[in-house]
Amino acid sequence: MALDMPFENIILPRRAFLTGVGAAALAAGLPRVVLADAPTDKRFVVIILRGAMDGLNVVPPYGDKDYAALRAQIAIAKPGETDGAFDLNGFFGLHPALAEIAPWYKEGALLPIHAVASPYRDRSHFDGQDVLENGTLSARDTESGWLNRALTAMGGSDRRIGLAVGQSIPLVLRGPTPVASWAPTHMPEANDSFLTLVQAVYQGDQRLSAALADGIRATAAADHAIGTDNTPIASAGMVDDGKPAPYRGQEALAEAAGKMLADPNGPRIAAFDAQGWDTHAAQGGAKGRLAQALGGLQASLVALRRSLGPAWKDTVVLMATEFGRTAHVNGTNGTDHGTGTVTLLAGGAVAGGKVAGQWPGLADGQLYQSRDLMPTTDLRAVMKTVLAEHMGVPRDRLDGFVFPNSSDARTLKGIVAA
Amino acid sequence: MLDLKAASIAANRFGLGAKPGELDAIAKDPRAWLSRQLVAETVAGTASWPAQLTGFLKAQHERKADIDAFKEFRKAMQQDFRAAAAKRTLDAANSPTPFRERLVQFWSNHFTVSVQRPVVVPTAVGFENEAIRPNIFGNFRDMLKTVAAHPAMLLYLDNIKSIGPNSGAGLKNKHGLNENLAREMMELHTVGVDGGYTQTDVTELAKILTGWSIANAQEPNSGQFRYRPFVHEPGDKTVMGKTYREAGQNEAITAMNDLAARPATARHIATKLARHFVADDPPKAAVDALARTYMETDGDLRAVTMTLIGLPQIWAEPQTKIKTPNELVISACRSFGITDVQAGEMLLMGLRQMEQAPFTAPSPAGWPDTADSWISPEAMMTRVEWAMAVGQKLEGQADARDIAKATIQPVASQNTLFHIDHAPSAAEALALLIASPEFQRR
Repeated sequence: MALDMPFENIILPRRAFLTGVGAAALAAGLPRVVLADAPTDKRFVVIILRGAMDGLNVVPPYGDKDYAALRAQIAIAKPGETDGAFDLNGFFGLHPALAEIAPWYKEGALLPIHAVASPYRDRSHFDGQDVLENGTLSARDTESGWLNRALTAMGGSDRRIGLAVGQSIPLVLRGPTPVASWAPTHMPEANDSFLTLVQAVYQGDQRLSAALADGIRATAAADHAIGTDNTPIASAGMVDDGKPAPYRGQEALAEAAGKMLADPNGPRIAAFDAQGWDTHAAQGGAKGRLAQALGGLQASLVALRRSLGPAWKDTVVLMATEFGRTAHVNGTNGTDHGTGTVTLLAGGAVAGGKVAGQWPGLADGQLYQSRDLMPTTDLRAVMKTVLAEHMGVPRDRLDGFVFPNSSDARTLKGIVAA
Repeated sequence: MLDLKAASIAANRFGLGAKPGELDAIAKDPRAWLSRQLVAETVAGTASWPAQLTGFLKAQHERKADIDAFKEFRKAMQQDFRAAAAKRTLDAANSPTPFRERLVQFWSNHFTVSVQRPVVVPTAVGFENEAIRPNIFGNFRDMLKTVAAHPAMLLYLDNIKSIGPNSGAGLKNKHGLNENLAREMMELHTVGVDGGYTQTDVTELAKILTGWSIANAQEPNSGQFRYRPFVHEPGDKTVMGKTYREAGQNEAITAMNDLAARPATARHIATKLARHFVADDPPKAAVDALARTYMETDGDLRAVTMTLIGLPQIWAEPQTKIKTPNELVISACRSFGITDVQAGEMLLMGLRQMEQAPFTAPSPAGWPDTADSWISPEAMMTRVEWAMAVGQKLEGQADARDIAKATIQPVASQNTLFHIDHAPSAAEALALLIASPEFQRR
């Protein structure tokens, strides 16, 4: 199938081979997807790390004199030692569970930014995630997310420019600009004649009819990008092998997102979640819950890069979490809710190969509230930089509209490839 | 006079969907039908759940010696869990007191435990039946305390691992606090995130809760609640301005009584109830009325539920809420008279496909309760696909027109009934009924 073919010629049902519905059956009165010129060829993927990722062990400052003592038995060993970190710059290392993407750093496709936090300063996951996603100064301030407002500012009113991967649309992508959403299905596809009937029944129900129309469009677009070979993917919440459930399916979602983003007529911006970061207990050092969660994230990144293919060079992936974790190890081999943490950028369009940000130190007087890594970079500054320099969002729209009251959070230099 | 619209609200908004024949019976007196259900009950046969945990702890303890036995046990335990979770759905679908079941599930979601943490698998279903079900018409503070003492919650939110830094165990092993239960108890279970507490209050409440634990594999009553003085943080603690003198196990009881009595808790719970029963964006008058009853009766949940039944906002307009996948599946099982797992397999699979399998909530905050969270374009497609699969499965077993009459008729549009009537096949007629706005809403 030629990738540059307009959508209207190739609407395919998901898994046509299962339902036996051929192209002839598609003549029914479905809305056809009309191509609009995408405002950019750059790709931007946001992965929300829900649960508060521990930046101090993901990019451990092994060169800081206080690090090993604070982290005690869960400290990541120095490079060269058993289970030691991968050295980044003689001061920071990379968690040993990230072996597969460690070479990306040398290649310039991985950029950690340390001691980052959103404006949120309390320690509730839910409010923290709300602020991370709504792009304002406080939780429940607005019903729309900064990524949705960025789409508006880009003029990306075509609903296919933004894509939520998973069953629900995360707040970061919710808002007035319509976006597509996609998730793998386990059921036979509803055929077009039935969908037409359902549309007729939904006439009087604005909410359901809008969701259905968007769903039909997104399905067509996804089929176009990833084909109809929709191998069933384990769903969240299954508990058959004792492995933590959150990582199952994550990799497959990333793979599919990459395929759709790679499509020249596909979305430019995608968002999905990665879970498993709330390591109150058994966080461990080189092994443990954090290592497991990183393994899941790494598998997603590798799948994303593979499926993006040549589009990887035009891609920035932002991995952000609601806040960091306490500098001290707690009583249960874990860490509790904190403040500053690391933010990771990956992709061919990243100016990686260095650790950005200002290191505040870990001595008693340097910690935030004597407890957490002191934030020195506003997460919104990272987001604004990627949106401005990579996605071409007009700067005058970033301060007031995409991120209200954010003029203090100035864009950063040298994190996106020129 | 029969009021079928009110009956529809009683059956769907308060209940779990109409069973054939039920609407007419409810219509005689919808409010009485609801208030008759406000009698708490216990469920027989939950005794096996503590035993499950005991067995699990033993197998886990001995897994170095016998890893195969541990794996076998875990596998069997997961099968048991799935069977119990399926039974839970079907029991709700067949319950003669569906309003009561909805309340059980509401409170179970308020106090979420989730098998996303595998350690919760042996106790999740038992938790609902033991800590929630007997307390839904009692006093909120009693439910709170029962929940906090239940092994499922102590395991899920890590309290069994929390150790007072100055306790005997803390001084010996340099172990420390785990704030997880304390934080969620304030943020999610009682006063809510705007309830006026600080990080210090969380830490102090965590200290108060140290020692609330379970007996391990080698101790008597393994798997059951056990207070451990050796890990309890000694000394006075201050939470939200009130100082608690050192009192061991009883400190937490006093602190929970105080949290339950706070106006912020009343408000938090009233808001969640109103969101669940009235509308996604709950009207202030409804929240006020519920919070007032809560405060006036010192947290009497039967009284609060009576206020709920009487809220004029609930009866003003049908179909304001979109069903969650869980509600959708239960109501479909109810409408089609599905009573056993084998017959209901196709329907029950919808819980996983629509990503709301029982006891798998993604976080301690539980399942969301607004349409925004459940009606994405993708989720809408999944609902329609599921409706179609169910229609094909039930073709020949039920007549869509009869079921429509018995379920959605009082609120159905002419358009919906017309399309069900004129569907090209019996399977599509059934699928359209399930997919219809009137069936997707409550």
